[in-house]
Amino acid sequence: MSDSSPISRRHALKGLLGGAAGAAAVPTIAAPRETEPAPPAHPSRFVFHDPDFMQPLKFPWEKLLSAEELATTQALADLILPKDEASPAASEVGVPEFINEWVSADYPAHQEDREVIRGGLGWLNTESFKRFSKRFEELGAEQQSQIADDVCDAAKAKPEHHVGAAFFKRFRQLCVGGYYSHSQTWKSLGYVGNISVGGPYPGVLPEIIEKLGLQEVI
Amino acid sequence: MPVLTERKTQPQYDVIVVGSGAGGGMAAMILALNGVKVLMIEAGRNYEPVKETPMFNTPEMAPLRGAATPDRYFGFYDSNIGGWQVPGEPYTNKQGTEGDFWWWRARMLGGRTNHWGRISLRFGEFDFKPKSRDGLGVDWPMSYADLAPWYDRVEQLIGVYGENDGIANAPNSSPGVLLPPPKPRVGELLAKKAGRKLGVPVVAAHRAVLSQPMDWKNLPKVLFPNNPKAQEILGKDMMSRAACFWATNCIRGCSIRANFQSTTVLLPPALATGNLDIITDAMVREVVLDDSGKATGVHYIDKVTRRDAIAKARVVILAASTCETSRILLNSKSRDKAGLANSSGQVGRNLMDSVGTRLGAHIPAMEDLPPMNEDGAGGLHTYVPWWLVNEHAKLGFARGYHIEMGGGRQMPEVKSFGFLDATSPGVYGRKLKEDARRYYGAQFGFSGRGEMLPNNDCYSELDPNVVDQWGIPVLRFHWKWSDHEIKQAEHMQQTFAAMLEGMGGKAKPQSGAEAIQRPGEIIHEVGTARMGGKAEESVTNQYCQTWDVKNLFLMDGAVLPSNPDKNPTLTILALAWRSSEWLMEEMKRGNL
Repeated sequence: MSDSSPISRRHALKGLLGGAAGAAAVPTIAAPRETEPAPPAHPSRFVFHDPDFMQPLKFPWEKLLSAEELATTQALADLILPKDEASPAASEVGVPEFINEWVSADYPAHQEDREVIRGGLGWLNTESFKRFSKRFEELGAEQQSQIADDVCDAAKAKPEHHVGAAFFKRFRQLCVGGYYSHSQTWKSLGYVGNISVGGPYPGVLPEIIEKLGLQEVI
Repeated sequence: MPVLTERKTQPQYDVIVVGSGAGGGMAAMILALNGVKVLMIEAGRNYEPVKETPMFNTPEMAPLRGAATPDRYFGFYDSNIGGWQVPGEPYTNKQGTEGDFWWWRARMLGGRTNHWGRISLRFGEFDFKPKSRDGLGVDWPMSYADLAPWYDRVEQLIGVYGENDGIANAPNSSPGVLLPPPKPRVGELLAKKAGRKLGVPVVAAHRAVLSQPMDWKNLPKVLFPNNPKAQEILGKDMMSRAACFWATNCIRGCSIRANFQSTTVLLPPALATGNLDIITDAMVREVVLDDSGKATGVHYIDKVTRRDAIAKARVVILAASTCETSRILLNSKSRDKAGLANSSGQVGRNLMDSVGTRLGAHIPAMEDLPPMNEDGAGGLHTYVPWWLVNEHAKLGFARGYHIEMGGGRQMPEVKSFGFLDATSPGVYGRKLKEDARRYYGAQFGFSGRGEMLPNNDCYSELDPNVVDQWGIPVLRFHWKWSDHEIKQAEHMQQTFAAMLEGMGGKAKPQSGAEAIQRPGEIIHEVGTARMGGKAEESVTNQYCQTWDVKNLFLMDGAVLPSNPDKNPTLTILALAWRSSEWLMEEMKRGNL
């Protein structure tokens, strides 16, 4: 819950000021008259302002990542969250497409992420060429890990890897967020809600009550 | 079920209600059930929760995986159209004031009742007489005993779960009124255990959610004796409301009508009477008066055609939301430059929000537990009522707060995994998935909701230089917290940290000044046309009738003389019901 603030205060404030400053057009006012029939129910419906849940919801902006950038994104996402027995790879649940949407959205916080992610993908391929003369997505898993190991922990990264480390941190956050916000990953994560349950709410499992010593407070 | 009647208006109504949220919805329903002809005018669009609610939609069905954006601050599936910015409808903050006030608006039928937390706490006996108790603020022109029977009625009408705990200033409901609360979740039980050691009582929350089907056979008779038509309509309507099925967050709204929204609980029975017309997308500019100073109706703009129009009635009720109601009064200047019903000078003054802070932590005991449903009632099952109500002399701040809590295995969202930065630096691959599974569900946090004192630095007025896209002058806000709020915020942080540590977590409390959330951010703003005992110092009497214009009533948060820590919606509902009954008596007596 401490982490639940969905956007930074600064960004929300920016948006607010932008909205307030941009809006003082004065329409012509007709003379008041007797009551007229009211207008139809749905005027303009921008998808982020007033989504129409009865229609397919489309991302409203152009997606900016190139095919090459998406290929690098997919390779790194699948390195961070690979397929295993219990759950799919990042690319199987649309993480690269999600990251493309994320960096293409026309909000200030997303514009900042766009610079970090695009710059970072570029950094990654430059590093990859320096070491192996290939793009990152063309490397084998071991070579990819060699680079990732140098940047995956910002606190331990060498000075020449700081740009890559800042990128990796943000990329991992988006990657994990995109992965587990897909319902196909929920079972492996242990989220079993969003399913209707009849009767009274079942409450905490007895074995957990016992394990945590909660008998006195139920 | 179609919510709107034929989209045409009659030449004359008994009552016009401006706004369709808690206050407007309640007033319209009570009046319509009693044969009064009502026109409701709503500034937002029509909204039909039964059809439109994205009940089980998963994040991948939404752009940006449903993450919050400045346009949809509480996430894509939040049931709100509008928010802190409404396109073409700005507001301003006076430069140089200490905090920018954020003004939340809902532009949809049902207003903010579609999105709220459903937390339904009664104000207590001390809350109605704060000045008598500590010399600060003002007393209400009524006591708890005056409103208690109306709280009972509202709780029975809308359905509220909770328990009677006999805690001072957190009143019990009458026996049989509350629905049984759902069992606590694991984090809530850990909090309860930690609270016992600290003397912080964790008890069942009171929320407007049906934890079981309604007693549709008996409640209508109890609520509407001597009104067979109302009994029939309410009986059918209550029967068709389903009980909570322990899935999805209430903030999305509820298509099975298990929680309270004006659009699912008040407006359907009101429309079933045939006595209510609703027009949407209609923004009221001002109240229109005749030469004698009586209200004759309202002047509004049709938002789609931009055509101006007038609707007429014997009585006008403003319930447009606190600041919008006072804005309409300030803009109704045909007789007095200070604005309508403002001989006291109090319109726009005394603006209060709740004091809010929050603090969370990782709770190791909650790691790696067997999966179980923690959606629950789509909001909190337990809370902490203010437990130090008799200790203020020692505390250094005047008023109290309650504590809300949450965490555990909620629906995973884009921003749910920030904890991995701390738990798992440098980790990727299979191990990252193991860590995500282990630590997900082990985050828990507390939020405080505290009472703010009214002060002279917090108010709204018309901005002399800015109008909205309809040409209506906009509000300009002024704000400054007092030390009471800052110290209270500090106390919250210390309490939350002690609770989190008691649960086995490590918390980093902030200072009060750092932790206090923005003015308006808690969305409990009230007070800008307060009720009182005397015309010189208040805008309305205890029945929400303006002192200056007898056939003008204000039935939303604007009339609250103080803003107790309890969320205001339940009290707005109770006041609107009580005032509507009084209004009808005055009509019968020939006074209106």
